[in-house]
Amino acid sequence: MDDRTDPYRNGRNHPLVVENRSAMSFQVRREVFVSRDVLEREQRALFDRCWIYVGHASELKSPGDFRTRWAAGRPIIFCRDRQGAIRCLINSCRHRGATVCREREGNARNFYCMYHGWTYNVDGSLRNVPGEEAYPPSFDKTKMGLVVVPRFESYRDFWFLNFDRDAPDLVTYLAGAKEYIDLVVDQSPSGRMEIIGGVQEYDIKANWKLLVENSVDDYHLVATHATWLNYMRNSGVNIAPPKGSGLLLATKGSGKDLGNGHLTTDNPNYRGRPVARWISVYGEDAKADIDAIRAELVARLGEARAARVADTNRNLVVFPNLVINDGSSVTVRNFFPVAPDKMHVTAWALGPVEETEAQRARRLHAFLTFYGPGGFATPDDVAALENVQQGFAAWRDVEWNDLSRGMARNDDQLDTDEGHLRVFWRRWNELMEEAA
Amino acid sequence: MNTRFADAVSRVEVEDLFYYEAELLDSWQLDEWLTILADNVTYLVPPNDKPNADHRYTLFTIADDSVRLRERIIRLKDPNCHAEYPPSRTRRFITNVRVTAIEGDTVLASANFSIHRFRRGGTHQEFVGQYRYTLKRQHGMLKIAERRAILDAEELGALGSVSFIL
Repeated sequence: MDDRTDPYRNGRNHPLVVENRSAMSFQVRREVFVSRDVLEREQRALFDRCWIYVGHASELKSPGDFRTRWAAGRPIIFCRDRQGAIRCLINSCRHRGATVCREREGNARNFYCMYHGWTYNVDGSLRNVPGEEAYPPSFDKTKMGLVVVPRFESYRDFWFLNFDRDAPDLVTYLAGAKEYIDLVVDQSPSGRMEIIGGVQEYDIKANWKLLVENSVDDYHLVATHATWLNYMRNSGVNIAPPKGSGLLLATKGSGKDLGNGHLTTDNPNYRGRPVARWISVYGEDAKADIDAIRAELVARLGEARAARVADTNRNLVVFPNLVINDGSSVTVRNFFPVAPDKMHVTAWALGPVEETEAQRARRLHAFLTFYGPGGFATPDDVAALENVQQGFAAWRDVEWNDLSRGMARNDDQLDTDEGHLRVFWRRWNELMEEAA
Repeated sequence: MNTRFADAVSRVEVEDLFYYEAELLDSWQLDEWLTILADNVTYLVPPNDKPNADHRYTLFTIADDSVRLRERIIRLKDPNCHAEYPPSRTRRFITNVRVTAIEGDTVLASANFSIHRFRRGGTHQEFVGQYRYTLKRQHGMLKIAERRAILDAEELGALGSVSFIL
């Protein structure tokens, strides 16, 4: 990038995030949601340096299984090679660039480039070049395999890539987010969760960072999700804040800093959990089954840990762009910018591998009460973020977003405060200034 | 189609039902729409990548039983349904209507659809796909027992949310 066109070269003269702890103010410049320069810098500062989610091991059951997708702005093949190892290859022919795998998913014996016919093994090595004898002696087939991403590591079956060879290892990077991933995975008796078939892929005409905020912002629930709350009320779920509590929602949740820019909500449940808190929406005949799931949790984890798994929700952000919402059901939600004012979202459902047919059906039903492009809540989030983006057209006139909610509280931040949102923005700002 | 099939239900009767439904949905007469649904109606929109899947094992875009479908209508009529307020303007084109099977009082039928959706600010989206219906004859009237709207798009992408009745 030509630095002369970058007005943010000097961070001190043109700060993007301004925090003043003594004045208890926290502002984000709206320009960060509309500027192409900011987006280009985010690519270098965040997506080329952070651990970026690629996929879940359960998506690749057998040798040869593959999924094509985008990660960190690159076309990726996420696959299991013939020896059973999970790999992450760049989906671009070493010859002249075409993608060598064009299907969404499947099982491959090899990857074939339709342009000139180069063929690669599933581990990425180059297998066949038509008319190979025409290449000069310097052409070394063993060095012409598909490019493997520089770093590729997993935590509890969640696989991430990193384009920074010098990055800390994934487990170090995840910091306090590990504990919350563990709480999600502990729902499975064997510690094995799986991505359930059926993917939701949709665009939002809004900056990608708005979905980070929205995914963990519980302040918006009452206004944005009034119809979902109404649905819960109609179904016999108690959604009323306790009298005199001063709370906006039925339980007192918190917003937490997990280190390295990761953050989560941590909320006592009121909206039901397939593992394992019954609500009337599930129907009377599900009660005994939910009790049994809970009994298994208690036997395996003890009362305290079981209560943590079963009775609390968490909306977790793994910095910068992975969200795991463990609420009405579990969704793994990944999103990336395609323009300053547009993002592409991919969302999956996650569940324990041991679930019975009835349990799986209940999990999926619970998912759709809230999440997804046809759910009772997500479409209103999309509408909210697109409205926000429209409002940002006046970014020169109305320059700042206010994220000071909860700053005067000495105790821990509520889920309806903005303390956890500030965690994201501080880390974002730090990395952006380093890359300036 | 043999004579007994033709006696049980004609394509014209099925077409009339589909055209009437399209008019009700395009004019947001959602309570009237409920009256042409069977009591145990199911409304399904499969995920774009698994158009023929079963909603009990697969994450769908929409999988409403009759209870949730009625709640969906309550939501759609509420001004707090932000994704559909003001309501989208839609126009449905229903073609290629076929009666594919008849078993007792159950009729299976399919139709192609093209639904144009307009919102303020120049947004125009076109949802294209196929309906697969299970119809039941109740008190002499054909009612919709299952309604599956299968989208042809590879992903929702620019279609965004399916916040109206597809």
